[in-house]
Amino acid sequence: MHIPDGYLSPQTYIPLFGVFVSAAAVAVKKVKNEVSARNIPYLGMAAAFSFIIMMFNLPIPGGTTGHAVGSAVIAILFGPWAAMIAVSVALIIQALIFGDGGITAIGANCFNMAVFMPFAAYYIFRLFNNSSARKSRVSFAAFIAGYLSLVMAAILTATEFGIQPIIASTADGKALYCPYDLSIAIPAMAIEHLLLFGIVEGIVTAIIVNYFLKNEPGLIYAFRKGGKNENE
Amino acid sequence: MLSGKEVKMKMNKLQKKILILLLILCLLTPIGILFPVFFNAGDAWGEWSAQTVKELVGYVPRGLEKYSEVWKAPITDYSINNGDTSVVHRSGYYIVSGVAGATLTYIVMLLISGFIVRNGE
Repeated sequence: MHIPDGYLSPQTYIPLFGVFVSAAAVAVKKVKNEVSARNIPYLGMAAAFSFIIMMFNLPIPGGTTGHAVGSAVIAILFGPWAAMIAVSVALIIQALIFGDGGITAIGANCFNMAVFMPFAAYYIFRLFNNSSARKSRVSFAAFIAGYLSLVMAAILTATEFGIQPIIASTADGKALYCPYDLSIAIPAMAIEHLLLFGIVEGIVTAIIVNYFLKNEPGLIYAFRKGGKNENE
Repeated sequence: MLSGKEVKMKMNKLQKKILILLLILCLLTPIGILFPVFFNAGDAWGEWSAQTVKELVGYVPRGLEKYSEVWKAPITDYSINNGDTSVVHRSGYYIVSGVAGATLTYIVMLLISGFIVRNGE
């Protein structure tokens, strides 16, 4: 899901960069108050976890590869705003140092995986679980949140790919950037994430949320609703 | 902004445990190379090289060609030697990249959080 350089037109990556920077500015304000200093080590680990989990490329046999992102579990545990910053740090380091995701596409990749996905996951989790601490309920909601948020982020990414031939083509109909349109990009990316990568994101999310439920339930952001974190 | 002392903070038992689990996860990252090789899976969708795009659609889109070389990452594709096709060597480079990248990510996130967070509770 890391869009490389050259697949998005400037008409796409510049606005997405603007959206990402604006969202990050809001995230900084939110995190300032809603995260307490003693949880800072967890945020560092969350960012590192996202970096590592994205290295686990999983194969669709004979086809393509993909991976989980970790945004869902981070959003449920530490809130979507903190997740936005943590996953953005991982994505920007991946792009700058390891060439995974383009430099020009940093805004787009951060928007898809670090802005959109944690919020989707967080609200899906809350939709399926309003504060029940029963293990089965938490697991189910966490799985669905991970699964759907990754599939939705993939479809968002596919949309950015798929609109390129409409935005920028030469007179003889050749694309300037991503050559595949929506009718190819969306099914391709939706199906592989529905079949495999989304399931992995869901399982990872459920396992880790349960781990925290057992070891440090008071920490879980999604369960502290109604508290001071809710309205800030 | 919090003082350096507050940011450094001693880690609790659970945090130390998670840090160890993350390190173990780093050592397992070669799965991300071995599985795709074993199951004969190619590039992620939309992450093809310009050359592969040419094979797929018959031409290299002009903008793609122009932008694809815009940045030369120091450790491209998590490997210090992309010419090395040995799966064992690639796994080794991958672990080193994983540990280095995750550590850098961890440190940058701690610094950013320490700079942002004002809630000293």
